[in-house]
Amino acid sequence: MSQKSVPEDRRVAYVNARLLDAAARLDQPGGLITQGELIADYGPHIKAVGLAADIEVVDCAGQCLSPGLVDMRVQLREPGEEHKGTLASGGHAAAAGGITSLVCLPNTHPVIDDVSIVEFVARRARLLGLTKVYTYGAVTKGLEGQELAEMGLLAEAGAVAFTDGAKAVVSARVMRHALDYARTFGLLIVQHPEEPTLAQGGDMNAGEVATRLGLRGIPAAAEVIMVERDLRLIALTNGRLHFAHLSTAAAIEAVRRAKAAGLAVTCDTAPPYFALNENAVGDYRTFAKLSPPLRTEKDRLAVIEGLIDGTIDAIGSDHTPEDEDSKRLPFAQAAFGGIGLETLLAVSLELYHNGRASLLDVLGWLTWRPADLLHLPGGRFAKGAAADLMLFDPDRPWQVREHELLSKSKNTPFDYRPVQGRVLLTIVDGRPVFDLTRAKRGA
Amino acid sequence: MVAADTQAVFRHRHLLGIEGLSPPEILLLLDRSEQFVEQNRRPDKKQTLLRGRTVINLFFEASTRTRTSFELAGKRLGGDVINMTVSTSSVRKGETLLDTAMTLNAMHADVLVVRHPASGAVKLLSEKVNCAVINAGDGSHEHPTQALLDALTIRRRMGRLSGLKVAICGDIAHSRVARSNIHLLNTMGASLRLVAPRTLLPAAVERLGVEVFHDMRRGLEGVDIVMMLRLQTERMQDTLIPSIREYFRFFGLDYEKLARANASALIMHPGPMNRGVEIDSLVADDYSRSVIREQVEMGVAVRMACLDLLTPQAPDAERRNV
Repeated sequence: MSQKSVPEDRRVAYVNARLLDAAARLDQPGGLITQGELIADYGPHIKAVGLAADIEVVDCAGQCLSPGLVDMRVQLREPGEEHKGTLASGGHAAAAGGITSLVCLPNTHPVIDDVSIVEFVARRARLLGLTKVYTYGAVTKGLEGQELAEMGLLAEAGAVAFTDGAKAVVSARVMRHALDYARTFGLLIVQHPEEPTLAQGGDMNAGEVATRLGLRGIPAAAEVIMVERDLRLIALTNGRLHFAHLSTAAAIEAVRRAKAAGLAVTCDTAPPYFALNENAVGDYRTFAKLSPPLRTEKDRLAVIEGLIDGTIDAIGSDHTPEDEDSKRLPFAQAAFGGIGLETLLAVSLELYHNGRASLLDVLGWLTWRPADLLHLPGGRFAKGAAADLMLFDPDRPWQVREHELLSKSKNTPFDYRPVQGRVLLTIVDGRPVFDLTRAKRGA
Repeated sequence: MVAADTQAVFRHRHLLGIEGLSPPEILLLLDRSEQFVEQNRRPDKKQTLLRGRTVINLFFEASTRTRTSFELAGKRLGGDVINMTVSTSSVRKGETLLDTAMTLNAMHADVLVVRHPASGAVKLLSEKVNCAVINAGDGSHEHPTQALLDALTIRRRMGRLSGLKVAICGDIAHSRVARSNIHLLNTMGASLRLVAPRTLLPAAVERLGVEVFHDMRRGLEGVDIVMMLRLQTERMQDTLIPSIREYFRFFGLDYEKLARANASALIMHPGPMNRGVEIDSLVADDYSRSVIREQVEMGVAVRMACLDLLTPQAPDAERRNV
């Protein structure tokens, strides 16, 4: 319930829309009526004519109306690093990206390893009334990889799953206990799969580009080694594990085989890993310094294959705000990470525009699939469910320009990229939180 | 005699690396350097080509040889040379880098000579300053004036670069000298071999157009030039090599291994040498084979050529009054 809630009896009809509900494979002309914060009805029978007089009408002009996006991997930087991003700036950026629910990583200062921080984030986000913010709890106290955080209490307070964020749970022993303990409560662990001693000191993917630039390489094996170790630990514990932002062909193949063998494993990827490769680093572009690093073209194609054959379950933005002081540095000294909230939809739609996936498949990776993974409400149309919606034009062209993004930090790896697909309107709990026609571009 | 050549213009604002330079551009730099070699051997070495110009040597990493070489080059051309050594021990190195750029802009330097421990840092700095920048070594990326002085040394001794067989031996992975030399010698038509243990070779290095050898005897077979690289002892802590003793046994240059090279093969080293680590003292001091001293001499001439050719490129610089 946001502070700026909508009156319960207020009804709005979104008519003349192309309804897209990936979960139900629904793609047909129609309309949707919200009452207060909820979806009252939707379907082909809802038209501009024949509506009750007290219903406000929004003409969608034939554009696509879908459940809002659910972004399962976002760093928000509040509390602790508000100069890089805040719940407000992240919320506005997410809303502009059509995202109605997001899950933030616990790597804030202080770390989300305590009930009070979960509640702090939830309360602040609720007061803002923008995109809904859920939190991951830390697997280990202080993300230090030593002692387990209070997962049970954190889950009670609202943490939806557990991860050490941008750090791997390194110790096999700690990971084993985390999986075992989380299973006690039916909780999901999310791993950043990277073998740290192998990746240590690396700046970008190991290979020809790194060699030419004189940068230290992170071998692709760093990812699959951690994935394969953890797969053994899932088998040992019967636990449930999710790998975040997979980037290499080898790791995806390992997950593919594990799924075929029936292990409880899932994974996601992020747009840079299917839209860019290591060449994006170019001449020391620190905005293309990501973790995991951008890989080879072969890996990029394997990520797309993984999505198409269902090995990869979802796409998250991996939004990682870093300010100029952290990025305008020699490559080796610059921080890892790129922002992604506002480009999540458009870059993912490249898979559709390039004929690799259907529109409903792409939306599925961004809506109901991540929602189901984390047992979040949303991600699909349902009468009586929260009216979290996105109206978008899948074809509208635009060019990504860092200064036009709402995110407080501007470190997009997609700067200058021409893309197709624009969010026109984002609705959270029946209330518009972003309207392109009124949006003030640039911060 | 020098003035006759001023029509030839180096069409880059900065010299950040060898990669991307064309054969005529490299030849222009070498030919220009050649003129300064003769000049430098005369009793009166001072010229006025850089009169009124300010050259700043900005070193974020300890260096004696390269810095001195640039300093001498700038002074012999009649420029004002300032040395700035910036400590990199402070945590926020990058901030210092761009802050320094702002400071230097305000000082109206004409040429900045920059060395930095991070690959790409010199390029980053070049984007923020309004004068010409010469890369005097950035991380493991490039050290273009070293490759030019090596090429000049080779060309003077062998009369050509094209068709020569060159072996570069040692810590290729961390060497900016190796990268610049690979680019230059490949561009000029030499054939290149790298000799190193696998731990000291960067990933996919064969993609740079080189043949890789792990057996030094085979690698030196029939080569015209043997270029040794300095081994940094911290490589042992990084578990890249087990010991100096073992390294010297397999990858140190001694007469026995050198016997595989052509009888007239030249021995080169960018300095400073670790005697008994990558090169045997006797070999290093064998002046019938070793051109290590000559490399130092060529260094000054090459740096004079670079300063000379880049100075007119600086914005609002008047044409020098020759």
